[in-house]
Amino acid sequence: MKKEEVPQDESSLSKANIKEIVYAVDKDGKYGKALSSGWEAKTIALNKSLELIEEQLQETIHKIKQGELSPIAYYMELNRMDVVVLSGYVGFWQWKVKRHLKAKIFKKLSEKTLKKYAEVFEVSLEELKNPKI
Amino acid sequence: MKINFEHNQSAHCENGVVSNLLNYNGLKISEPMVFGIASGVFFIYIPFIKVNFAPAFSFRPVPGFIFSRVSKRLGFKIKRHKFKSTEKAQQTLDAELAKNNPVGLQVGVYNLTYFPDEYRFHFNAHNLVVYGKEGDNYLISDPVMPEVTTLSSKELEKVRFAKGPFAPNGHIYYPTQLPDHIDLKKAITKGIKQAYRRMLAPVPIVGYRGIRYVAKQIRKWPDKIGAKKTNHYLGQLVRMQEEIGTGGGGFRFIFAAFLEEASVIMENPRLAELSKEMTVIGDQWRDFAIDASRLYKNRSRETDAYNKIADKLDMIALAEKAFFLDLKKAIK
Repeated sequence: MKKEEVPQDESSLSKANIKEIVYAVDKDGKYGKALSSGWEAKTIALNKSLELIEEQLQETIHKIKQGELSPIAYYMELNRMDVVVLSGYVGFWQWKVKRHLKAKIFKKLSEKTLKKYAEVFEVSLEELKNPKI
Repeated sequence: MKINFEHNQSAHCENGVVSNLLNYNGLKISEPMVFGIASGVFFIYIPFIKVNFAPAFSFRPVPGFIFSRVSKRLGFKIKRHKFKSTEKAQQTLDAELAKNNPVGLQVGVYNLTYFPDEYRFHFNAHNLVVYGKEGDNYLISDPVMPEVTTLSSKELEKVRFAKGPFAPNGHIYYPTQLPDHIDLKKAITKGIKQAYRRMLAPVPIVGYRGIRYVAKQIRKWPDKIGAKKTNHYLGQLVRMQEEIGTGGGGFRFIFAAFLEEASVIMENPRLAELSKEMTVIGDQWRDFAIDASRLYKNRSRETDAYNKIADKLDMIALAEKAFFLDLKKAIK
């Protein structure tokens, strides 16, 4: 990539006033550092992936209202986690976390178990049981 | 307490940390040189590990390898600590800082408060340097940030003990005693040799074969998993290739910059020519990223579009194969 071709597109980085380093060649064909404010191709990829997370979240909210999934599923996705990550934070096996995502199982969970989730999501027990969705 | 540490922004976090830490310890070494000596140029496709609901692609070796390889090839030792207890982790960090020793830390990205929200994912192999403490704030040199920044002790603990794949467990590392004499030529040769061996490896998911394999999958995905998922997977590929935080930043260009520098040190003009070839390949990767992003922006449904970008990826695989075979010849 040539230095004058280093993309200077609008991105979430440029909004935060951050520029990133890329390596590019100058007129004499020598490599050096150059600053980029963002690149459209990358921004699209990032935004699409955020859109997907949002879509999934809406779907989960729908399933919670249908009485299928538990609020844990909502908070998990709100925090951009998956079962693997969440299991790491609460310290339960993955299969156990998967069970807790079901509305029926969630109702039977002990206060102690619920507290662990509430702590990880940084919400109160009340908020965990009745998320504002 | 503040250590007189020079912050240099870099394209890739681990390179940056290594280069900045070595600079502090008296060894001037550029980011591309670190990357090249560590055989940083790489490709692997790991379909059975999912990151953000898509298979993992990596353009670099496993986190931590860059520093280990550089230390081995330049002949110094690295001290590493991992912890179960958060208190011990902080004590060890404070003790090193008190000894005027800036340290590298492996951290999770999600709770890095100075990152824009859009960049915060549960990715645990980010690297930064802590170079001091003022009150309850740690002074942070994050190599992908333009300026130095700070994190409170609580914030730092959170990112040091992030959970999930590659959980850092408070991982802290720093170089110990650097040798008086460093044989750069030998280190460069070793770095290049491992790079082409990996990129030409007879393993279907690694190197140019891995790229070819992904191209093949792209042709199948639309029918197998639908356009939506395919687009998401492509997005992941683009992000792993380029994104800040994950330690992206145009790896092919960093390698090309390394070859240019290496050509002078090795007195081997062929490496400068190969640097130019690698630049062309880097540009091909960027073309691919542009096409892939257009594809999912316009939600194209025609399978032909997927075949076309798969063709592009096939071309890249071929170009990289030829390139690394040439590199092999050049270093003999």
